[in-house]
Amino acid sequence: MGADKDLAVHCRGVLKTYGTGEAMVTALQGVDLEVRQGELMMLVGPSGCGKTTLISVMAGILDQSDGDCRVFGQDLMHLRNHAKLAFRARNIGFVFQAYNLLPTLTAAENVTVPLLINGMGRKEALKKAEQVLEQVGLGARTRSLPSQLSGGQQQRVAIARAIIHEPRLIVCDEPTSALDHETGHKVMELLKGIALRRDRTLVIVTHDARIFEFADRIAEMDDGRVIRIVTNSSQLH
Amino acid sequence: MYRIALKMLMGDRGKYLGIIMGLTFASLIMTQQPAIFVGLIMRSYSFITDLGLPDIWVMDPEVQWVDDIKPLQDTELYRVRGVAGVAWAMPLYKGLLKARLPNGMFQTCIVVGLDDATLVGGPPRMVEGRLADLRRADAVIIDIDGAREKLSQPPAVPGGKRIELKIGDTLELNDHRAVIAGFSKNTRTILSQPVLYTTYSRAKQFAPRERKMLSFILAKAKPGEALADLTRRIRTTTGLAAYSREEFMGVTFRYFLKNTGIPINFGVSVMLGFIVGAAIAGQTFYSFTRENLRQFGVLKAMGTSNWTLLRMILLQATLVGMIGYGLGVGLTSLFGWAMRNTILAFKFPWYLLLFSGIGVTLICAFAALISIRRVITLEPAVVFKS
Repeated sequence: MGADKDLAVHCRGVLKTYGTGEAMVTALQGVDLEVRQGELMMLVGPSGCGKTTLISVMAGILDQSDGDCRVFGQDLMHLRNHAKLAFRARNIGFVFQAYNLLPTLTAAENVTVPLLINGMGRKEALKKAEQVLEQVGLGARTRSLPSQLSGGQQQRVAIARAIIHEPRLIVCDEPTSALDHETGHKVMELLKGIALRRDRTLVIVTHDARIFEFADRIAEMDDGRVIRIVTNSSQLH
Repeated sequence: MYRIALKMLMGDRGKYLGIIMGLTFASLIMTQQPAIFVGLIMRSYSFITDLGLPDIWVMDPEVQWVDDIKPLQDTELYRVRGVAGVAWAMPLYKGLLKARLPNGMFQTCIVVGLDDATLVGGPPRMVEGRLADLRRADAVIIDIDGAREKLSQPPAVPGGKRIELKIGDTLELNDHRAVIAGFSKNTRTILSQPVLYTTYSRAKQFAPRERKMLSFILAKAKPGEALADLTRRIRTTTGLAAYSREEFMGVTFRYFLKNTGIPINFGVSVMLGFIVGAAIAGQTFYSFTRENLRQFGVLKAMGTSNWTLLRMILLQATLVGMIGYGLGVGLTSLFGWAMRNTILAFKFPWYLLLFSGIGVTLICAFAALISIRRVITLEPAVVFKS
């Protein structure tokens, strides 16, 4: 029971199918996975193995077809829609491969979005956004539009957006794949240095072997299943 | 979140302007065309509205509208005067006659013959001269627009100013001399013919000889007399048609609606404006939403409710609707102002603002609805697709 308390994510037999009948595709075929609080877990595997589907289920933006997935002890699938939205808004941060910043908002305004969703006033949110942007090294670019920033800078804005509301779980989808090696490394250092805390968990989906060294554990997936969990990338094929 | 919605909308300048242009166009067409229609329709009964004094118009029962003259015998006047509740009743001649201008050209005019003694039925406003001047020999009063336009003479030198008629000038009506004694300001008629006022007896001299010459009988109800009761009494007593001013305007208006292509032509224009506006604005708004689906997906993934997204889209639709509506109505007003001294029929009453407002609201609601449906059904997991 005490071990359960330390778990950020607890998946048991998670099954996810898309479509019906002959067109049915099984994306997850009974995934068992535990992610501990304060841990940086990477999900790796070939394209189409179900990594993105799994983090979507963990983040509560996709319901599994069967099985049990609890995030900080909360069964998101059985939450009412409103409660699920509120849970997501408070507890989950997102970092995307394509950054997904709103192009017409400045860096600071983009960072305020999670706070505004949680009901904070605009002025207060902007003040906090500027502080967080300072933390990620973009204090001088708060008024820049995404199009005026480099890829690495945009990803740093995305990281600031992911952490500003102090979520307990951050899910990242290929956060470095659009970046060169050096920038990718810096982004990972930032994620590990600022985003990761004892009470905050990071789950990162990646193909990028260059960043495996940052992981506490790596879950390798294939064909909709977690086939192994290792603590060192050298243990992977 | 509303600020974000507005920034999303205005950030895409091309689409933002496209939507507004579509709505402006729709709003313009939905106000300008009906304004011309209303202007024309009001001109169809302007002869009635210009005659403020009488309460009741009496005529042949077969008359369908104000220019559809079916003359009565002069004796009918006395029968109407004899109906209980009638304070007074006066004859009115109305007919189309060709006037020969000083330069030898002809122009068809509406000739109105007023009761010789009282001159009831005269023009609404005199610009020059007095109504009583009609009592002078061969006198006529001409509406000022007609005098300046259709009755004016070509310039003396090429490129010069047209020569307007002036008091004392003469015209020839059916070989009879008519002397201009004054100018009046009238509401233009639907065919914009010049209007000539004269006395009833003189009008009968001007007009070709017929057995019946009395076009209308203008009557006034005694104080306290209900118009509906009096018109009914006149109808039953005389067998003639009797309408209050408003009823006769309605008769004329309905005749135009039923028997001319004007409503259909304008209706088609308005409908086209609505459809084209809806198509442009709806399609552009939908395409704007589609292009922003990923952004809506991001907001959804981060915990924004469908209700909030719906309000964001409604705000966007409301803003572009208000701007487009304002610009369209503004352009229509500008058009009306620019055309104020021309022959163009243009009336812009408040109910056209309401009409086009409803039209633009429907377009925006349609545009928002198709966009909202797309956003509501959007799977937030779309954000993980690269």
